[in-house]
Amino acid sequence: MRNAFADEITALAECDPRIVLLSGDIGNRLFNDFKERYPTRFYNTGVAEADMIGIAAGLALGGLKPVVYTIASFAVYRAYEQIRVDLCYPSLPVVIVGVGAGLGYASNGPTHHSCEDVAVLRALPNMSVLAPADAWELRSLLGAALQLSGPAYMRIGKKGEPLVHEARPAIQIGEALQLRTGNDIAILCSGTLLPQALDVAGEMESSGIRTAVFSVHTIKPLDELLLGRLFRDAKLVVTIEEHSRIGGLGGAVAEWKVDHREANARLLRIGVPDQILHHSGEQEHAREMCGLTVEKMTSAIRLVWSA
Amino acid sequence: MTASVDELQLIARRIRKTVLELSHRAGTPHLGSSLSCVELITAAYWGGSKLDPTFVTDLNRDRFILSKGHAATTLYAALAMKGFFPESWLEDYAKPGSPLGEHPSPGTPGIDVATGSLGHGLPIGIGLAIASRIQGRNNRVCILMSDGECNEGSVWEAALFAPAQRLNRLTVMIDYNKWQATGRSDEVTALAPLREKWSAFGWRAVEVDGHDVAMLVHWLNAPPDPEGRPTVLVAHTVKGKGVSFMEDDNNWHYRIPSSSELARALAELQPL
Repeated sequence: MRNAFADEITALAECDPRIVLLSGDIGNRLFNDFKERYPTRFYNTGVAEADMIGIAAGLALGGLKPVVYTIASFAVYRAYEQIRVDLCYPSLPVVIVGVGAGLGYASNGPTHHSCEDVAVLRALPNMSVLAPADAWELRSLLGAALQLSGPAYMRIGKKGEPLVHEARPAIQIGEALQLRTGNDIAILCSGTLLPQALDVAGEMESSGIRTAVFSVHTIKPLDELLLGRLFRDAKLVVTIEEHSRIGGLGGAVAEWKVDHREANARLLRIGVPDQILHHSGEQEHAREMCGLTVEKMTSAIRLVWSA
Repeated sequence: MTASVDELQLIARRIRKTVLELSHRAGTPHLGSSLSCVELITAAYWGGSKLDPTFVTDLNRDRFILSKGHAATTLYAALAMKGFFPESWLEDYAKPGSPLGEHPSPGTPGIDVATGSLGHGLPIGIGLAIASRIQGRNNRVCILMSDGECNEGSVWEAALFAPAQRLNRLTVMIDYNKWQATGRSDEVTALAPLREKWSAFGWRAVEVDGHDVAMLVHWLNAPPDPEGRPTVLVAHTVKGKGVSFMEDDNNWHYRIPSSSELARALAELQPL
């Protein structure tokens, strides 16, 4: 996904001279093409994430469209107060791209995991929170995010994520994309677990349980129209995300459900348990440890479905 | 157009009067911090910079950020005198519903960013300076910080970055009044030698008398450093400046002047 980001931002910068790219000392060679084509619009702001967000705020105040890129955990946790005060308070159009969000940097250890980023950013006024499922969604969302008048955070994978879409989907921020239909269970997936979510739906379908799947690429603003329909028509709504079960898509949907008494369907939230992953391992191992494999997610859904 | 020194000093006295009255009337703290930076703000707004309501949406305008947002009353007094908003707004300072709160809020005429949490102004100023360079503008960016603010790590992240970018149209003024909220700023952290620190970080660092408004105007209008360095004015100031019984007494970080104290203070500011 990071290659798609680099490619897409380079293309977008061609059309919009206001786009400025800031990197927190990562992306070695990733942005060579951007730097070569727009040498005055790329800045490595160093290992100083708080500063990077403040600088982005200044660039936006100066009439530009800054895009900030670094590892998700550092972009969000290190610079949270700057995001809140410098970007959200005046509502400045800055796009923060957090690479390797969730468990994308699993092998680097818990310092590099970001399974609470959606929770903390979703709480900030004026902030949009985006989670593309694949490189195609990323490309569509990046262009849309740059049209916003306020700040946006996009959590993306790292590299080698499988493609779900065959081409660039037409995307509206705040409107989920439907990938499968079915009226028994509705799976809402945000981010790069979408291929697994589709496989889970296939498993359910093989048992005769009709399962819809949506890519909820926008967690804030939440697609409330869709939720209203799903909680009326489906029997079970399942959220899947590579994020803590606290405060992510599942949390957002649970909040919505509490506020809507007519929402009849049950809700199951699948996500990262409330724990630090101390063990070493790659992303697949970490997902296994967190119950985020097709097999484990299918079992979890079956358990609730048959209860 | 630059005002004469006499005019600047009169403006400074009038700002002090407003600052004292606002603190007394609204019962808001940070009086000592607001009084120590009066000449710094006077020089910024009346020293020849393009900071005027007529340019409020002009990207070529000069930029000033009060990073030490707790001195908001000094800024409000200046903005009102400059005509960014009616002087009558000051009457409602810190009252429910007023746009003028205890710390500056973006959306208030003349105020672009939220300050009050320290260490935010300088990175934003760097962004503004880079934006101007990218777009070929030659406006200036001035950031006013406090000495206590230099405790914040983000200040030093920014101090490292700006010289690397050769942002010589960026000027920082440090209101070095030697106090922070609960102690001497040189004792709470090893702040001194402050000028040397900034100099070692690659800045054109100058020590000035922060109450010598003519000297401040001189430096704010000095040609950009030919070596490309950003400029920092380490401005020696006195907390509570202008009111004898408040000067260098850190109780006035939080104390609110009574009616009789206000009257005594205003008497010292004559002629107004």
